[in-house]
Amino acid sequence: MNNQTMQTFGGVRGFLARMGSIDRRWIFLAVALSIGVPILLQLRPPEVPGPMARATFEAIEAIPSGSRVLLSFDYDPASEGELQPMANALVHHCASRGHKLVFMALWPLGKQLADTTIKDVLLEFHPGYVYGTDYAQLGFKTGNEGVIKIMTTAIPQQYPSDAAGTPLASLPLVASIKRLEDFKLIGTISAGYPGAKEWVQYADGANPDAFTLVAGSTGVQVSQLLPYYPKQIEGLLVAVKGAAEYEMLVTSKYPVDHDQSRFEEGRRRMGPQLVAHLLVIALIVLGNISMIAGRGLKGGAR
Amino acid sequence: MLQRTIPILILAASGALLIIAYFSPFTTSWGEVVVDWFNVLAAVAYVLGAGNLLAVNLEKVSARRAGWAYALLTLLSFGAMLAFGLFKIGAVPNADNPNVHFAGSYESTQSAFGWVYEYILSPLTATMFALLAFYVASAAFRAFRAKNLEAILLLGTAFIILLAQTAAGMFLTGWIPEASMFAFLRLDWMKVAITEHIQTAGMRAITIGIALGIAATSLRLILGIDKSYLSKN
Amino acid sequence: MSTSKPARTGDYRLLWTSLLVFGLVGLSLNAFGRKAGMANRFVEIESMERIEVADVSTVVAGSSRTAIPEITEWVDPKDPRIAAGAVKPIPGVAPITWQVRSLVSAKDAAATDEARANGDASAPEIVRSPIDSIGVWVAAFLTLGIFSFLYRDNPWYKIAESVLIGVSAAYWMTNAFWSTLVPNLFGKLVPDIVREIAIPKLLPSESPNADFALAVVPLILGFMLIWRLAPRGGWISVWPIAFIIGTTAGLKLVSAVEADLVAQAVATMKPLVVLAQSSESATTAANTINFWGTVGSVVGLIGVMTVLVYFFFSLEHKGAVGKTARVGVWFLMITFGSAFGLTVMGRITLLAQRFEFLFNDWLNIG
Repeated sequence: MNNQTMQTFGGVRGFLARMGSIDRRWIFLAVALSIGVPILLQLRPPEVPGPMARATFEAIEAIPSGSRVLLSFDYDPASEGELQPMANALVHHCASRGHKLVFMALWPLGKQLADTTIKDVLLEFHPGYVYGTDYAQLGFKTGNEGVIKIMTTAIPQQYPSDAAGTPLASLPLVASIKRLEDFKLIGTISAGYPGAKEWVQYADGANPDAFTLVAGSTGVQVSQLLPYYPKQIEGLLVAVKGAAEYEMLVTSKYPVDHDQSRFEEGRRRMGPQLVAHLLVIALIVLGNISMIAGRGLKGGAR
Repeated sequence: MLQRTIPILILAASGALLIIAYFSPFTTSWGEVVVDWFNVLAAVAYVLGAGNLLAVNLEKVSARRAGWAYALLTLLSFGAMLAFGLFKIGAVPNADNPNVHFAGSYESTQSAFGWVYEYILSPLTATMFALLAFYVASAAFRAFRAKNLEAILLLGTAFIILLAQTAAGMFLTGWIPEASMFAFLRLDWMKVAITEHIQTAGMRAITIGIALGIAATSLRLILGIDKSYLSKN
Repeated sequence: MSTSKPARTGDYRLLWTSLLVFGLVGLSLNAFGRKAGMANRFVEIESMERIEVADVSTVVAGSSRTAIPEITEWVDPKDPRIAAGAVKPIPGVAPITWQVRSLVSAKDAAATDEARANGDASAPEIVRSPIDSIGVWVAAFLTLGIFSFLYRDNPWYKIAESVLIGVSAAYWMTNAFWSTLVPNLFGKLVPDIVREIAIPKLLPSESPNADFALAVVPLILGFMLIWRLAPRGGWISVWPIAFIIGTTAGLKLVSAVEADLVAQAVATMKPLVVLAQSSESATTAANTINFWGTVGSVVGLIGVMTVLVYFFFSLEHKGAVGKTARVGVWFLMITFGSAFGLTVMGRITLLAQRFEFLFNDWLNIG
């Protein structure tokens, strides 16, 4: 927009029309403030658990205590903000139910996030968990869906040893597992490909009734997973909102005696979420007002 | 022969074998072998990717093309991280076999590899994606214009979801009793209705469409009708 | 946004300089002026010691080796089996000692300090870790470097970006090597060497020759794939690529039909009229219709059908087909609107997490 048109646009209407071509860096600044300020003020809006988070919670409650559970960490630090709260709550929930946990990863960086979760959640809040009998870390393997495919029939072939090089045969928890059917529940914390979709396609597709499949998903990916819920994926946690709701369900039934903040990460991030969502709504409204205001003006905003 | 016939045969054989393996329990183990090779090749593909990166950046540096200093930085970071990882520099010994250096783990920040992961790779990856929050907001301002019915549907849905996904939804409409006949005016009700019925239906149709596409493409490849992959070199 | 307003750069120079100065002064005050400091990292130090022992019957007096070398193991010197006389340290083999340093929270560090001050000698040893604190500074520098792109493209951002590309390629390659190539390929090709230098506990194979033969194939295909980097003989890499494409096609064909086509069609074909479920008794409620449930099912079916019609490009979108397709577009618009809302949510969370890092881990003001 050149100076001449700017001068022609007088009054409120002109101002509104001009607003449409504002330097986008002002918008960036507004976004930064909408997220930074609520974090510093520790704004924590109340949450009410929705049906999908409840379904996930119930799925883990439903299997008998002490069941073997496979948790696949299919994400990387890029999605840590959304998915780590889910992983934390999921591990705490399973361990509180006494389930035996086997960790693995389809993403190279997922293995390290699983290690962190084991250290910060499993061993911190459930110090009785012993490696090899109560939990095991299989680690990462290349091959994406190929890894799942082999695991449906021959886990020891895909994982001759755990992540530290110990043969599966010498770890009591996994010594007898041969295929995915040997797990009661599979949980994937998934940020994209390969992840929850591939677990549905390759694991659940081959044995639909053998185990329960639950997934924690990023907001971006969740659209792809909706068609699978609730038949193929029995429980689905949607973005940080799902994480916050699930955290509430888990900690209200299984409270921890210290470091509660570990299970408040999701709820903590709902504060900036609220303000930023209102900002995005305001931006959409302003953008449209600007369009309408500019419509009648010569050479107005697009 | 070597350049066309054999690749076509390899493709057809590996593809067909996996389909047969699915239908017959006697051939399951063949399928496992093939997928096992595939998974190992996937690891080699990472090596290939790294090799490509090296080639591109080395060329940039040696030709002193624009931005060669950054290419050099990429090469240095690559080389350093590779050395840290392959030689497991500073690795924590394996408690059961402390005498075998390469049995140790390189993942804690005590080792060079783990340090770079924790303080360089992890924050950089996370921040790269976080940057998109700014552009999403900017796009909402510039591109979301209610020009016609379709755009209004898109906008309206985005509005409902954005509100219902936070406490704003409960604040605005939470007072409407859930059991009343006006419960459908609650934002959380609308969100569930949209995601679990309309969005699920839309995505289901897309999923079916994509599945048909994948099935057709796979068949064309396995049957040797689609040979475009041969001409890439 | 290249150089459209060069005249105005001068106006901003003072602003930027003062921002920089204020920023640096603020940072220094924050780092050195506050007792709590910033970018603190603490590690718990655990001292480890292992000695090589063997079953007491196999240790030969006066010799540094055992009669059967395979069955030695490395154990904690406090292992009860040593005191019980079941195993015996091998003479002449020096013990191995090292430290394990694991990150702990500042709160844990403070609690341990207090416990130690109160004379609890069993409290773990927790110290400040300068190398990790430097790491937090590096992470903050790179995080801000990426954010600086929001203002404009600049060398700070480019440095961060270049480092990311190099480091992540090496990370993936290293992980692929240690996690898959070593155990799943070399472990079958040269198990003895792998056992010697990388995976001491690698189990001997039941059929070593068959394993070897089967592992040669991906080895050869792998070399052919890497050949792609060579200037000549590009066709060589087409073989492994054909194998990869064939395997992918075979895998995807089955799974797409099974999980996406059949299962989704089944999920669409469900009773349209949904009956109310009573929590008290299933029989009494059997005749009442769940109004919204039924509406949901009908809407779901209409949605799938109309969107599929829209995707059916071989029919011209005219007349009834055109109208149906139009409804399909509405469904798609609502789908995308909802997906947009969820995407916004995802991106915002990632940004919030980075801000938490800057405020809490780095600036220590959270």
